[in-house]
Amino acid sequence: MADTKEMKKVLFGPILDNNPIALQILGVCSALAVTTKLETALVMSLALTAVTAFSNLFISLIRSQIPSSVRIIVQMTIIASLVIVVDQVLKAYSYEISKQLSVFVGLIITNCIVMGRAEAFAMKSPPFISFLDGLGNGLGYSFVLIVIGTIKELFGFGTILGFEILPLVQNGGWYQGNGLLILPFSSFFLIAGLIWFIRTIKPEQVEPKE
Amino acid sequence: MSAKKETLGKTVGVVIAVCLVCSVIVSTAAVSLRSLQQANAKLDKQTNILEAAGLLEAGQSKDQIAATYAKRVEQRFVDLATGQYVEKDADYDMYKAARNPDESIKPQPDTAGILRRPNVASVYLISNPDGEVTRIVLPINGSGLWNLMYAMLAVDSDGNTVRELVYYDQQETPGLGGEVENPEWKAKWDGKKLYKDGEVAIDVTKGAKASDPYEVDALSGATLTSNGVQNTLDYWLGENGFGPYLKNQPWKS
Repeated sequence: MADTKEMKKVLFGPILDNNPIALQILGVCSALAVTTKLETALVMSLALTAVTAFSNLFISLIRSQIPSSVRIIVQMTIIASLVIVVDQVLKAYSYEISKQLSVFVGLIITNCIVMGRAEAFAMKSPPFISFLDGLGNGLGYSFVLIVIGTIKELFGFGTILGFEILPLVQNGGWYQGNGLLILPFSSFFLIAGLIWFIRTIKPEQVEPKE
Repeated sequence: MSAKKETLGKTVGVVIAVCLVCSVIVSTAAVSLRSLQQANAKLDKQTNILEAAGLLEAGQSKDQIAATYAKRVEQRFVDLATGQYVEKDADYDMYKAARNPDESIKPQPDTAGILRRPNVASVYLISNPDGEVTRIVLPINGSGLWNLMYAMLAVDSDGNTVRELVYYDQQETPGLGGEVENPEWKAKWDGKKLYKDGEVAIDVTKGAKASDPYEVDALSGATLTSNGVQNTLDYWLGENGFGPYLKNQPWKS
């Protein structure tokens, strides 16, 4: 069994030191699309964290049984089943948000973070540490989504989680919402800015010049 | 990995086992959560109708919404060609019927971009506590910029005065076309008139005068969504939509 120090590294490392979006540049697509409002970003983060953690756990449990010739298909089957279950649960318990997230929950299946962790970590590691690794990477993803979602909702709509912080002009306030931040592609600039910020604090993440 | 001696039999066996386990999990989740999901979808629909009816108050519980709905709302079915009531099962879904060639037609021309229109549409009659019909809620749909937009249009019992236009299912750009759901914009519809001398006269236009009963201000930065709203109303209020129904006014008899 892994000792606590390693467990800590696996769980919290992906948040800043080895962030799946900021360092590995994986899973950017959904980070662009669902961050317009903080609420959807939070639910998406939860959904992805659950799927990554459990897919890592299950794949690691049967890793010695999976024939290597069909391992990607077996991983996909497990991931896809988990995503469908998450989608069904959201529809049953959080109908409004599942309507807003629409196809993006289904698209977790193709999120590179889930697949990448399954292939790179869970296939080689025991179940518990794989579960933590999935959880950690989910947290790393959530960290980026929450930061971007907060910035976009605050400066795009003047609200945070629907509560008015900066009263908008069209609702009789003084703040003119930033129209660019409302559009999905503005996340590109924000994610780039975030990567720049993280690499300024942690210069060891900068790739060596070729 | 111990899969050194990989045989065809083992590979197929593992794949089948994984598929079986996964399908059991997925179908268990789907079946056990179905009743909750259907209850949600039904509640969502009732909430939208009550909002169009002006009967929705903030912070109402699920039971209160269902109770108000049961007391004040009556669903009827209208043959769009004649504008008269017809009988249908209570669970008839007009948008499902629109996909069935036997129960729908292709609009010619399809100005609202809906592809197919059901022959029979639902309407929701809202009565006051004395049982008089005070509002009629009409379900309408039409293409916006990205996709079909679904709305409930509430008119007074004169069949001409708009009370609410509630978009409940749309995928327009948030902050631009998505502003069809903004309460400020929705409030602009209250009191507008649909018809002038029997013709559809309601106009979604830039720089509309609030005092003009036929003009509603278009959404800024969302010309195509605004055009979609206009086309939706033109189609559904015209001869091929609820026009005959609103002319006959069968709720009065």
